Amino acid sequence: MILFRNVSKNFGSNVGLANASVHINKGDFVFLVGPSGAGKTTFIRLILKEIDPDKGRITLAGKDITHLSRREIPALRQKIGMVFQDFRLLEKKTVFENVAFAMEIHNAKRRDIKKQVMYVLDLVGIADKKDRYPNELSAGEQQRVGIARAIVNNPRVLICDEPTGNLDPVTAMEIMDLLDKINLRGTTILMVTHAKDIVDKMNKRVVAIENGRIVRDEEGQYGLDTEGDFYDGRDVEVDNYVF
Amino acid sequence: MFSRLGYNIRQAFAQIWRNKAMSFTAVLAITAMMLVLGIFFVAFVNVDLFANVIQQDYNVVEVYLDDSVAEEDLPEVEQALTDIGGVERLEYRSKEDALEIMKNRWGENGYLLDNLETNPLPNSYLVYVTEKSDADRLSVEARDIPGVTDVTYYQDTVDKLSKITHFIQIGSVVVMAFLVIVSVIVVANTIKLTVFNRSKEIGIMKYLGATDWFVRSPFIVEGIIIGALAAGISAGLMYLLYSKLTDVIGPDILRVLSVPVVPVNYMIYNLLIIFMALGVGIGTCGSIVSIRRFLDK
Ligand SMILES: Nc1ncnc2c1ncn2[C@@H]1O[C@H](COP(=O)(O)OP(=O)(O)OP(=O)(O)O)[C@@H](O)[C@H]1O
Ligand SMILES: [Mg+2]
Repeated sequence: MILFRNVSKNFGSNVGLANASVHINKGDFVFLVGPSGAGKTTFIRLILKEIDPDKGRITLAGKDITHLSRREIPALRQKIGMVFQDFRLLEKKTVFENVAFAMEIHNAKRRDIKKQVMYVLDLVGIADKKDRYPNELSAGEQQRVGIARAIVNNPRVLICDEPTGNLDPVTAMEIMDLLDKINLRGTTILMVTHAKDIVDKMNKRVVAIENGRIVRDEEGQYGLDTEGDFYDGRDVEVDNYVF
Repeated sequence: MFSRLGYNIRQAFAQIWRNKAMSFTAVLAITAMMLVLGIFFVAFVNVDLFANVIQQDYNVVEVYLDDSVAEEDLPEVEQALTDIGGVERLEYRSKEDALEIMKNRWGENGYLLDNLETNPLPNSYLVYVTEKSDADRLSVEARDIPGVTDVTYYQDTVDKLSKITHFIQIGSVVVMAFLVIVSVIVVANTIKLTVFNRSKEIGIMKYLGATDWFVRSPFIVEGIIIGALAAGISAGLMYLLYSKLTDVIGPDILRVLSVPVVPVNYMIYNLLIIFMALGVGIGTCGSIVSIRRFLDK
């Protein structure tokens, strides 16, 4: 689903990512960990095409996205759900409107919007609060709205940048259960976190970055084979998804 | 899409109201710009019309006769004119014919001439010349012929007028370009306030995969509303100004020049179209400029 081959990105003299190769398969749940300044956000920004790599290739759902034109980016982002540490909800919109907004942007039909929004609000367990405003919700509830908005367009990948960073441990675990549930429905999840207890408890694949280098990957033998093709012990999926 | 347009328009009015002071400044600046343009336009159209009307007479020297010149004296005057040389053809125009021609030129204002008690126009000769130099000589020497009161020759006037229209054209293009740029900057700065107010929303939109045009649309609507407001106000003010102008000095100018001025309604209709196009253009450009930085990925 997400494939980084020898990707490097420098910001002047700062190293963002250095020759990083990672393969995240369809349906995977992967934690991205590492100290501050390691390159985690850089990794995410490369997937979202906020920045272009200096070297290497990036593939998403079978499509080479190393260099995308500006006009191709919206369609790419529609296929990627983003969940933020600070929720990033619109204060002046209700729960329902916040989630519906993500569909309106892609010109969805009004009827489809209503059905789909109610479906995901139900999925994240917050359908009964659909007419409330964000400031009338607890932090955990706000994050549920954030997740609902991220999955409402049925993205292939869900990227979460410290989604539990602002939550107490109990609420954090509830959110993790929710993400697990979404993962079981087939959505690939990449989650950046500093919370060691969550990583330990969830028992998922962990990719660790330091100074822009991949220093640990639970799946083991990642690297390039003799032909220069990516090899991590599994077949690289053929994913002909077009966007 | 249409529900979104309605939403955008409501949002835009709310934003304009929220940034009253800046929006007002922007509308004012564009209005001032449009008024300057409007005055140039009015001047240009009228001078151009005048030039066109008298252009018809350009190779003609008109020689006016005193009313005391009797019909039997005419051959003598004709001979005197022909003797000057360079005359291709002579055409006698009685004062009655002259009035009729003037009525036609005035078009819908022609009725104003209907109830004149005496015909103020003189009998005249239209002298068609072969060369421009003959016309120059003729217009000087014909004055010495007995019974000739005045000689007019429009070539010089036409030359002068075409210089004036040319000057007005160039002047308005230069002034316009400058004012349009200023207006775009003012609009851009006004809308920048809205952009700041909604920067968080813009960021979220972009993460959710909104296209550039989707992100821009509410700001463009705001810009267009500001431009259209200014256009409406300007057209209104120009209407007042121009109808006053034609009321007060119009008739006198008409009489002196024997040329009609462009009617108010026609003028304002065209100005409104020009102003609207300009306002919408400025609003669109201003808003695109103001949000450009926020759209960089
Ligand atoms: N726009 C930028 N300009 C200059 N340097 C940058 C820029 N973005 C990132 N960097 C540098 O690249 C390196 C990796 O940054 P990144 O934001 O990816 O770290 P991170 O792993 O997300 O850290 P944190 O856990 O603190 O969020 C850092 O040294 C950072 O200073
Ligand atoms: Mg970061």
